[in-house]
Amino acid sequence: MRETTPSASGTSQMIAHHLDGDMLMQYCAGTLAEGWSVAVATHLALCPACRSEMRTLESVGGYFLERENAERDDVTESWRRVKDKIEAGHMEKAVRMKKRSSSDLTYPEPLRTYIDAAGGLRWRSLGRGAAQMIIPIGDKTTSVRLLKIPAGQPVPEHSHGGLELTLVLDGSFSDEISTFGRGDIEIADGNLTHQPRANPGRDCICLAVTDAPLRFKSRLLRLIQPLLGI
Amino acid sequence: MRPKLGRERKARALEDERLALGADQMIGLMSAIANSRDVGAFEILYGHFYPRVRSYMMRMTKGDRVLAEELAQETMMRVWHKAALFDAAKAQASTWIYTIARNQMIDSVRRGTRPAFDENDPALVPDELETADAKIEREQDAAALNRAMIALSGKHIEVLRMSFFDGLTHSMIADRLNLPIGTVKSRIRLACEKLRLALREQAK
Repeated sequence: MRETTPSASGTSQMIAHHLDGDMLMQYCAGTLAEGWSVAVATHLALCPACRSEMRTLESVGGYFLERENAERDDVTESWRRVKDKIEAGHMEKAVRMKKRSSSDLTYPEPLRTYIDAAGGLRWRSLGRGAAQMIIPIGDKTTSVRLLKIPAGQPVPEHSHGGLELTLVLDGSFSDEISTFGRGDIEIADGNLTHQPRANPGRDCICLAVTDAPLRFKSRLLRLIQPLLGI
Repeated sequence: MRPKLGRERKARALEDERLALGADQMIGLMSAIANSRDVGAFEILYGHFYPRVRSYMMRMTKGDRVLAEELAQETMMRVWHKAALFDAAKAQASTWIYTIARNQMIDSVRRGTRPAFDENDPALVPDELETADAKIEREQDAAALNRAMIALSGKHIEVLRMSFFDGLTHSMIADRLNLPIGTVKSRIRLACEKLRLALREQAK
């Protein structure tokens, strides 16, 4: 696997915090729940190094496919059916152009399509200038939302019942240990109570995926949590 | 060490059998299919991959042969229709066909959605421009991967196959191998690490 180096032009930034190996493997195997997969795929759009890792894992899939049982019974019959379909010009589908309704490059695919499907960006205030937008997904085991934290402000303090993945899309935030910028991923588990804070100068926009409702320390936030849908 | 030797011998035997349709030949077939819609070329490719995809689908459908055959056929139809999208510089044919089979499986067996990035998205951070050397290296990746996989021990290949290819969860693997879940997790991590190291070694 190749190491990535920043390009001379400085257009591609270095991503410091990458995907968790297990999660990437599950994504490549097709077993990762949709909510996590949205974040994984959006990170992949921003991270050539993880895309390269993904290609390696997929080639492991190709390696195993080559070594599958190749017993040939009924192959001729099956081929005959397929050949008939091909010759009848069956199932030739026109390639559909994906329409791009939004030109905002803050949100790479596949996230942009999810936002568009929800009717575009619609922020709902969380108070103190913070806002969020729930991203509707088909999977019941995770919840996905966009979070906007005003420059220099803390993220409301919370701990997690389960796993929380945060992908930075704009601006940056820091916790006690490190700084996270566009494309970086932070994974926090149930044991961590942390107090990330958006860095000054620019609002921080993140994609946050959780597998359990967040537990806010503030009693008020806990009470209104169901109303906010977080 | 004996069991390992046995496994290596078996791996080499499989390797020989696989060479019946070499990587170069596959690229030739793929371009004949993409450029001249060559049905004869597709027949050879079909004969090679249909049984393998069917076998994969058999496990994914927990042994439903009728459904597995249908899905394998549908996968191969997608290969025929999408052949123009295959890029030999990016992946081997077997890898590309694997991804099509996997997506088919997610659509039809898991009835799920698999969000994916879009190579043509203007927001995508592109790969570093590839030099001619890097391209040759990519083309040799296939051979390097095969050597790296053969160098892995049987128990590491086993967990890679189960977690990655068979799509089993850690707890399902733990049940099957009768191991604690922590051992399964660390074994998978170690297998990935060893694979990465072996590939880096090959790249030198």
